[in-house]
Amino acid sequence: MKRQVPVHSIGYKPFEKSLAPSRARAIPWVSVMIGSCLTAIPVIATVPLLPPAGLLMLLSWRLLARFSLRHWAAGPLGFFDDLVSGQPLGSAVLLWSFSFILIEMIEARLVFRDFWQDWLIAGGAIALCLILGRFLALPIGTHVDGVLWAQIVITAMLFPLTARLVAWIDRKRGDQ
Amino acid sequence: MAPARDRRTGFSRRRQYSIFVSYVLAVAGAIVGAVLLVVSTFNPPAFAALRMAVASVTAPVSSAFAAAIGGVASIPEGIGHYFFVQRENAELRDVLKRQNALVLRARAVVVENRHLHTLLRVRDRSADTVVVARLVSSTGSSGRRFALLNAGRWDGVRPGMPVRAADGLVGRVLETGPSVARVLLLSDSESMVPIRRTRDGLPAVAAGRGDGRVDVRAVSGTNVRFQPGDFFVTSGVGGLYAPGIPVAKLDVGGIDSVPTGTLATPDSLDIATVERAFMPMPPAPAATP
Repeated sequence: MKRQVPVHSIGYKPFEKSLAPSRARAIPWVSVMIGSCLTAIPVIATVPLLPPAGLLMLLSWRLLARFSLRHWAAGPLGFFDDLVSGQPLGSAVLLWSFSFILIEMIEARLVFRDFWQDWLIAGGAIALCLILGRFLALPIGTHVDGVLWAQIVITAMLFPLTARLVAWIDRKRGDQ
Repeated sequence: MAPARDRRTGFSRRRQYSIFVSYVLAVAGAIVGAVLLVVSTFNPPAFAALRMAVASVTAPVSSAFAAAIGGVASIPEGIGHYFFVQRENAELRDVLKRQNALVLRARAVVVENRHLHTLLRVRDRSADTVVVARLVSSTGSSGRRFALLNAGRWDGVRPGMPVRAADGLVGRVLETGPSVARVLLLSDSESMVPIRRTRDGLPAVAAGRGDGRVDVRAVSGTNVRFQPGDFFVTSGVGGLYAPGIPVAKLDVGGIDSVPTGTLATPDSLDIATVERAFMPMPPAPAATP
């Protein structure tokens, strides 16, 4: 569907070329992978406080522009995230797919949503992925629980920011 | 947001099937993830080649970033040095004067040590440096503590080699790619290094806690008392780390198990040295027919 821009508005550009469909479909994938690659910043962290930006981008795309990613996109994107994140391979594949299925189930029941509900759903998915990821990667006795809560809060607080970013990218690429 | 009417399939068989297949694929993705997780739990190095292939792309990017940040950060530092150079000069001269006596005594000790070694006929393996490289990035969002080293198989780095800095042990090489290697830091929850107390040779292990520190645990018996200021170096047990590499110094005392920071702090680390494994594993015995 083409977005309807009013003729008497500044955003009305009738002769602008729209993005090629293949490229427009690739943009969400690429942006999630760039988010995953944020672990490449040159800091040797002693505590795991860096928010999982790949997951944030994925959730933002899923919740804000639900047709931008296929239902099965979480699996391959999670595989790439596992390659760069240091988690055991398969943990993000499992958890990201799982949160996609969960969001799908919530969406079937909670049809009228606002941004607040989106934020809540994203917060739940982030907490789920981080907590389960911690138990998949580390033994029970590891002393990371305080840091884990801090990481969950930081990540959930960053969701509006990535939502803005995703909305901006989505507006630029145009609806397909 | 209004409900998604576009997801309704209507009477189109094609749309119905394609939506159904995409749901099946989504669930299949989760199942594949679970299988991969089991495989990587029981065989951690299974996907090392894939990980290292991705890392060889990200590592140059990280080191370029680090160089750029370092260049900008060094400007105010350079200005500061310019103004305080006089005072610093005087201080350094003072330090040199004080250290001189210490150096002389150390030299005497070295000579004496060599004599005693020849008397005892102890054969010391010297730890040779394989390569000196930078740690460029780490797993900042995961609970595991890995760092990426900017040198790999082409530089002679092999899995199992110890990595150290000037002030102490950093960890060991876990996986290697052509030009990058993944280092297991001391603070990772699966890192375990045999150490001994310098004061009396008390054996202990430094087990990673996952929060940037290690637990120093006594291994010989119970009710072992640790004092603040106790200094621990690698013991060489296990043959991976050469004996005598500094590991940790206790800030607080305790009994049996004390958490402490490591001497080499990877977050402020510039350059790390990869050394040959102290006593490499003997070759596997030939299969007898």
